[in-house]
Amino acid sequence: MRLRFKQTLFAFCVLLMMGMRAHATLMPIPELQTRVTDLTQTLNADQQSHLEAKLAAFEQETGSQIAVLIVSSTQPEAIEQYSIRVVDSWKLGRKKQDDGVLLLVAKDDRKMRIEVGYGLEGVIPDVVAKRIIEEIMTPHFRQGDFYGGITKATEQMMRLIKGEQFPPPQKTQSADKSQLLDMLPALLIAALVLGGLMRAIFGKFLGGLVNSGIVGLVLWVLGAGFVLVLLLALIVFFLTFAGASNLAYIGGMSGGYGRSGDYGGGFGGMGGGFGGGGASGSW
Amino acid sequence: MKNWILKISAMLLALSISGCGYNTFQALDEEAKASWAEVLNQYQRRADLVPNLVNTVKGYAAHEDKVLTDVANARSKVGSIQVTPELINDPQAFAKFQAAQGQLTSALSRLLAVSENYPNLKADQGFRDLQAQLEGTENRITVARNRYIETIKNYNVAVRSFPQNLTAMMFGYKTKASFTVDDEKAISVAPAVDFEQKP
Repeated sequence: MRLRFKQTLFAFCVLLMMGMRAHATLMPIPELQTRVTDLTQTLNADQQSHLEAKLAAFEQETGSQIAVLIVSSTQPEAIEQYSIRVVDSWKLGRKKQDDGVLLLVAKDDRKMRIEVGYGLEGVIPDVVAKRIIEEIMTPHFRQGDFYGGITKATEQMMRLIKGEQFPPPQKTQSADKSQLLDMLPALLIAALVLGGLMRAIFGKFLGGLVNSGIVGLVLWVLGAGFVLVLLLALIVFFLTFAGASNLAYIGGMSGGYGRSGDYGGGFGGMGGGFGGGGASGSW
Repeated sequence: MKNWILKISAMLLALSISGCGYNTFQALDEEAKASWAEVLNQYQRRADLVPNLVNTVKGYAAHEDKVLTDVANARSKVGSIQVTPELINDPQAFAKFQAAQGQLTSALSRLLAVSENYPNLKADQGFRDLQAQLEGTENRITVARNRYIETIKNYNVAVRSFPQNLTAMMFGYKTKASFTVDDEKAISVAPAVDFEQKP
């Protein structure tokens, strides 16, 4: 009996590991922390910080984001597939301008790709990206000069982007109204659930009053206008008064509130979109 | 007092409509339309490249008649299909569209494979530019298709799952056609290059 249990446990563990293996087949996407991500130690610290500074200064000036990623391999995916996954998660470039570029090098595959954001497809069309790869990067890479190839390629792209007039970088980012609206359904559910609790503790009238007070306060903190706060607090009061908490599940059916990326210090993408533009090459 | 009950029930009605997925359908339907438009956009971009490409290749490899006419035929077939946004609601028309695009894909890859045999053509800057554009466009098509598949998956799941399917039925939202694995297979089949026939 004991043996069987052990066997089952073993089989379970094997299954679990197999499941994990299946997940591990795709190359993971490194976290975006700096503009230059080198997973192969190809660039030395000096070169890395030099390139980083250059790209940072460029972003200060124009607002466009260029990032460099060096991996050993993108197998089993093609470099294009891996690259689009990276930019979909990194979201280089600003949200409306979509002005991000990723320069990806897969060293052991001897492949490189320039992935161009929607907003830059005009200044760096596929043909130009291809020429940067073939005429600038490939000769340098063939000689083993990765730093030279990458620096020259990014410099060329910076020149091209500077030719285009993009709006200057924005310093302040205020929480916009739509974010509040996105949160309203969640707030409503929370208010209804809380309302049920308050009603049970304080009774109909007082519970409603307390609940509407709390909701009003939360809304106020989130930056809603006075009229909106008053109106919603009133609604919450009536709902709690009438005992609408058992209707909370209706609200629960409507899913899908907005999600927004939110980055702490360091370097992060700003919501730029990519559509597969750019070019790939090999050396 | 009556008035008060009326107001509350009106509010609850509004709540329950949004709760049963009506708004979700609006959003997902629009999203599907947008991602479909992007797919069409990229396919159109490819079709626009074809005449130039054919002309350039003709200049160096005029006697590759069969490959060239194959591309031209596939291109005109693609052009002859009436493409409307409603196409995605009609599985049959969608399959036809998909087959025509798949044909053009394989005809184009045959053309590029054949062009490998002509060093002068490969050295031509115009041809290289066209090739870069074609590669970029094919990649954009892949991206657009994958995004479309993802959107349609979300939409179809929403249409089918309870209780939203009741709302979907009420307002006539049906599942939409998506690219299937079969299409994918037809597209990813490597073109057969026959070296024996070389003149």
